[in-house]
Amino acid sequence: MASVTTPQKTASGFKISRRWLPYVLSLPALLVCIGILVPFFTAVVYSFQRYRLSQPWARQFNWGENYLNFLYDPAFWNTLKISLIYAGVTVVLELALGLGIALLLQKRTRINNFVSIMLLMPLMTAPALAALMWKLMTNPGFGILSYLASLVGLQNFRWASSPDTALLTVVLVDIWVYTPFIMILLLAGLRSLPTQPFEAAALDGVPRSFVFFRITLPMLTPYILTATLFRLLDSIQQFDIIYAMTQGGPGNTLTVFQVEAYLNFFQSTNVGRSAALMIILWAITYILSNIFIKNWLRLRERARGEA
Amino acid sequence: MESTSLLERILRGVALVLVVVFFMFPILWIVLMSFQTNETILSVPPSVIFSPTLENYQALITGKLTTAAGTLDIAFMRNLGNSVFLSTASVLIALLLGVPAAYAFARHKFRGSEDIAFTLLSFRFAPPLLVLLPLSLYFQKLGLSDTYFGLIWVYQLICLPLILWIVRGYFEDISADVEYAYRIAGHSWFATFRKIALPLAGPGIAAAGLLAFIFAWNNFVFALVLASADKQPVTVGALAFVTASGIQYGQIAAAIVLSIAPVLALAIYAQRYLVEGLSLGAVKG
Repeated sequence: MASVTTPQKTASGFKISRRWLPYVLSLPALLVCIGILVPFFTAVVYSFQRYRLSQPWARQFNWGENYLNFLYDPAFWNTLKISLIYAGVTVVLELALGLGIALLLQKRTRINNFVSIMLLMPLMTAPALAALMWKLMTNPGFGILSYLASLVGLQNFRWASSPDTALLTVVLVDIWVYTPFIMILLLAGLRSLPTQPFEAAALDGVPRSFVFFRITLPMLTPYILTATLFRLLDSIQQFDIIYAMTQGGPGNTLTVFQVEAYLNFFQSTNVGRSAALMIILWAITYILSNIFIKNWLRLRERARGEA
Repeated sequence: MESTSLLERILRGVALVLVVVFFMFPILWIVLMSFQTNETILSVPPSVIFSPTLENYQALITGKLTTAAGTLDIAFMRNLGNSVFLSTASVLIALLLGVPAAYAFARHKFRGSEDIAFTLLSFRFAPPLLVLLPLSLYFQKLGLSDTYFGLIWVYQLICLPLILWIVRGYFEDISADVEYAYRIAGHSWFATFRKIALPLAGPGIAAAGLLAFIFAWNNFVFALVLASADKQPVTVGALAFVTASGIQYGQIAAAIVLSIAPVLALAIYAQRYLVEGLSLGAVKG
């Protein structure tokens, strides 16, 4: 595999260029990213400061005060709660739906292939624009969904503008956009499974529920894990859909981490609190993504080894 | 495979129809809406039978909307142009920087290579606002806020990791022996890279580029924080348009259609690469 790393080195000049070549090749990409790494450390510093854009003179280190304040801050607990609920609900529903649709489309027929290509369209729609589409459809005056709701007896169903149904509405948009992502991954997984176990099970007349829970599901687990963690990382950071739909409202119904940080920064100009919020979100995603990358690398190695 | 009963086939058919309706209806409805006048849109109950009009698109393209209250300027075409420019430039730069780096990571296990590759990948998973909020203050100091240069730089956060990881996978799949044979024949590494590695990884590079373009086009939060009206892409522009024009629903629908159409066309065109790209090559096969 890596036989290229041991070429005969004759001239010493060649040796040096060989040694430095990879660094030279990857340096530009790195430099571009380092410029963007600096703000990360700045964010850490800000999170330990009392810093409001409206009162620059009062800026000073207050060490852990921003974080300590969170303990007694109902708005923070609301943010944490909403973020976790949002991530949990969307991922579970999308997983169930995505798996169901993948099973439905498993056979390689012309219709199934066509449908699976069509389902790429919601996924490729910008989430912010998808939210606007649903906003038009749920408009109380003329929205088709409001009209359909009134047909089934929900006369004043106010979708995103009511605190009771706002979460439901944005979750619906999230499901619309991202279920196809899980479906596509699981469909690829399903279609790459070896056929022998299934043929053997069919020969033995094994019941289909048994085949599903004992053969399909375990063999699909790596794909399900990948899809789940990918979605979990994105979902707990959701901003576009919620901001475009309600800007975190009504009230503070939908102030998930990134929306709350954005509003803190630009509306109440509280840089310190905003940075502390982002550091906490980053810690959550860092832990999740570490689990994810390890798991994913193992998968990648295995896929490469078997190929 | 197995014998399916009639009932099962009917149930499957119904489920398939429901799936198609749920996922396709919103797009279809917005497209229909974009060909309607405000009067038709506001009529209750909604009807799919109407005489289509092009006036919404006309208003967007000419940038002038005449209403009873007077003429309204629409800068939407400018947003569309910004989207095209920002996405294209970002992807080209990311390819220029990312492809050589991907080659280095695939071919040379040098010290720190895995750490660097991970750091770059971790950008894919970090909360964007963590970096964006301090960056917006820096950009103000540096005079980079609200410039194309600044935006394209930040867009590298989306494009570079994607290109790096997908293209790296493709380079790793090329047998190193082919390249080595070419080297033995007396060609420089650059000639080898250009004549052997690049053409062989070509499809992967194209796929990564297309995906990066789609992701850059669909990005919302970067430009929301860093750009003002005349530099904004369609995602932010459309939201501003909704806020500004209020009740011009037909034009809003047309703007959404114009904003998503290029990307959907690209996605359908490149659909077979999408699976691999979306999972960063995690599920090859």
